[in-house]
Amino acid sequence: MEAATLTSGDRGVLARSPWARVPDRALRWGLTILAALILALIVFFFVQLFGEARPAFEKQGVLGFVFDNDWNPSAGHYGALPLVVGTLITSALALLIGVPVAVAAALYASELSPRRLRGALTILVELLAAVPSVVYGLWGIFYLAPNLKPAEQWFANTFSFIPFVGGGTVTIPNAFIAGLVLAIMILPIVSAISREVMSTVPPDHKEAALALGATRWEMIRMAILPYCRSGIVGGAMLGLGRAIGETIAVTILIGGSTQMVEHLFGQSNSLAAVIANEFGEAQGVHRSALFACGLVLFILTLLVNGIARGFVLRAGRRSAGPPRAEEHQRGAAANALLADTAAGA
Amino acid sequence: MSAPGATAKLLDRCAASPARRRRDRLARGSVLAATLLALVPLVLIVYYLLKKGLGAWSGDFFTTDPTGNTFFKNSDIGGVKSAILGTIEMVALASAIAVPVGVGVAVWLVEYGRNGAFANTVRFFIDVLTGVPSIVFGLFVYITLIVGTGTSYAGWKGSIALSLLMLPVVTRSAEVILTLVPGELRESALALGAPRWRVVGRIVLPTALPGMVTGILLAVARAAGETAPLLFTAAYTHETTTNLGSFMNSLPVQIYTDVTSPTPRIVERAWGAALALVTLILLLNLIARLVSRRSRLA
Amino acid sequence: MSSTRPEEHVTDLDRESTSETDPRHAEGAPVAPSPPIIAPEARAHAATATRAVGVRLDELRAFYGSAEQVRGIDLDFRANEVTAIIGPSGSGKSTVVRCINRMHEEIPGAHAEGRVLLDDVDVYGAGIDVVAVRRAIGMVFQKPNPFPTMSIFDNVASGLRLTARRGELHEKVERALRGAGLWDEVSGRLSEPGAGLSGGQQQRLCIARSLAVEPEVLLMDEPCSALDPIATLKIEELIEELKQRVTIVIVTHNMQQAARVADRTAFMLDGGLVEVGPTQEIFTKPTDPRTEEYVTGKFG
Repeated sequence: MEAATLTSGDRGVLARSPWARVPDRALRWGLTILAALILALIVFFFVQLFGEARPAFEKQGVLGFVFDNDWNPSAGHYGALPLVVGTLITSALALLIGVPVAVAAALYASELSPRRLRGALTILVELLAAVPSVVYGLWGIFYLAPNLKPAEQWFANTFSFIPFVGGGTVTIPNAFIAGLVLAIMILPIVSAISREVMSTVPPDHKEAALALGATRWEMIRMAILPYCRSGIVGGAMLGLGRAIGETIAVTILIGGSTQMVEHLFGQSNSLAAVIANEFGEAQGVHRSALFACGLVLFILTLLVNGIARGFVLRAGRRSAGPPRAEEHQRGAAANALLADTAAGA
Repeated sequence: MSAPGATAKLLDRCAASPARRRRDRLARGSVLAATLLALVPLVLIVYYLLKKGLGAWSGDFFTTDPTGNTFFKNSDIGGVKSAILGTIEMVALASAIAVPVGVGVAVWLVEYGRNGAFANTVRFFIDVLTGVPSIVFGLFVYITLIVGTGTSYAGWKGSIALSLLMLPVVTRSAEVILTLVPGELRESALALGAPRWRVVGRIVLPTALPGMVTGILLAVARAAGETAPLLFTAAYTHETTTNLGSFMNSLPVQIYTDVTSPTPRIVERAWGAALALVTLILLLNLIARLVSRRSRLA
Repeated sequence: MSSTRPEEHVTDLDRESTSETDPRHAEGAPVAPSPPIIAPEARAHAATATRAVGVRLDELRAFYGSAEQVRGIDLDFRANEVTAIIGPSGSGKSTVVRCINRMHEEIPGAHAEGRVLLDDVDVYGAGIDVVAVRRAIGMVFQKPNPFPTMSIFDNVASGLRLTARRGELHEKVERALRGAGLWDEVSGRLSEPGAGLSGGQQQRLCIARSLAVEPEVLLMDEPCSALDPIATLKIEELIEELKQRVTIVIVTHNMQQAARVADRTAFMLDGGLVEVGPTQEIFTKPTDPRTEEYVTGKFG
């Protein structure tokens, strides 16, 4: 491979000493091995987790584990349904409350607010992501829960005819507070992604709507929201993934009950919380059951996040124009995903 | 058509009806209201942190270890020195692991792997890693390094768990920044005859550095605030120790332990620790933002 | 219908032929179109013309922040005529047009002064609803921009849906699509995405979308510059048809296009109006030397 057409001295002028190639080779192969190791590591972890969880699955059966409504470690029963339901309810609450508020905040920041406020607004919402989850738990249990209790009780009393939501006494902690704090925790991610997607709406379409004689809100409904739909859905699903996996704040705020949640303002449990609560003293099959919870959690978040990223990347790809523009779109989508990871999964 | 007043009537007909105006005002008002609603928790949290936390801060708070006395009402409860030091030590070690590995993988992805099948698989797995709940990382490390080796909790094991958490963030942000380095920059260097490793080390990385530092600082901030990965790896202890091989305290775990205490003074200490933790994280975020402003990319 | 238009404002910059003697402008006489590529139905439909309204600019000035981009323009766009505005880039042509339907003020920091009279009403007057102005004055943009998430039908109906009752939609959409010469090509696939059409079809879709709300004036900002020659030709023929229903103002940097479609042409330079007059005269015997230099290609 030596292109030695000219000679001067021992070696051709255009040739490089074989030694000169070593750093290049070393860098290339070193990094390749590193990347491969990461891959192997992740697979390894997954396998290990599954291995530790196996005894519980053997005892209950996989479906039995997930769908049996009986979490009773002292009696040797490990039906995780109450935990799964608790996880789903708090996450659903987080989405229900958090997503509209986050999208509204993103909309306000990108379309309706005075320009000077835009930066400040963005930073303020993102500051919510800087608060660690244990502090959310602390604040939730000592400030939010006691202060909302009267309102929650009023709600439960007034709407006692609605099953699950109404009736019963409000406990501290309870599932609702956990869901509410989760909603606050996912605000920054959903808002950041929504804002990124909204910023990619071509001004052309906004102008076309206005030129037809649309009011500002009508323009938003015609040109912005439909365009951003997949991106916003993606952002919401990333928020969902975060809510499902959130451990500490939920542990503090949900109550750790082993029974199926009876009403919205009562105690409950979640897959992540049960691990935090019971792992310390758990042994034998109980411990495997907790690993199994971890496994279910892992798979759930994997699925949700995978689908979410599909949506967000599709939104980024839609507005592809000339190649540079497309790269910018992907960059915008990537930046949004980055905001999410920095905010915490 | 041009009878006097005809156009005025035309414009009247074309004007937005009261119903449309109402809907417009209502919608915009609701959006504003929701935005303000989104800001309320932040204000409340900051307010409460300051109100409850500042009261706990004192000289002793920062210089003494928690005594572990939770039982007796008048006993000395100590401060959070071991927690602060523990967090610093563990996060430092975690960064020392995650940053080189993360940047290395990112460099490989951008410079060598590019869009190949293998590279995309790696990207996919890194993405997977982003979605893993933090407690599962703790479980991973527990299985491999505690059960697997038969040894006990240790600070460095907590660091490993934290580094797993930081890895995807560092990798992803580094990859984004490295992709933004203009291709022409690399090409002109290569055209001058520089070997690839030189191009990467002397040109690409320095250009990308401020942007990467931002991503790294954000990852560090996140790691500093995590509790769950530390629960079953570094566990909890009272004393300050520099031995990463032993149990190690940390701010988040300290707060978590204190939250459930019935003793009000301990809860107050938890608020103080929370304020310290949030201050640390905000500082890191602020520095990250300032650094990113100096970046010539993005 | 008798016309009670205000006295024509003759300045030393204006050069115009008397409309009374020009047979093309005799009231009621249909304009003879060149053999259209557009289907005969469109012709027949366009024959049921209505007189639209003219626009007059009075001392119009436009600013971006404190920078004055358009400096004191007096210009007349006559009803049911096509007026072209030509000039080099940066001359302010697009800005002028965007001031007519008050889109200029959508740019942060931008504002306009002076009067824009839609017939006898100043659209910048106090108490005028900008939504109404934009409904009465439609706009077609340089780059075709159908709403990407909407079907062809929904695109055309988008303006209608703001006000019309459900029942009328289909009829009005069809009428608009016929008016834009697009009905035959898309009538079988109205529910397909608007973005799936070719460039020229998309632009005609945008024209249909604007026509659907039955404006009096149609502003076209370089509507063909992103299109291939065949699509351009179709749209130019369409403009011939449309002027029976609406007053058309077209900004173009293509002088041949102005010569083909416009009844009158205005030449702008550096934010000011240099000369306006019947297209033939502007191109063959311009008064101002700058106009002559531009139309003979010495600059721009």
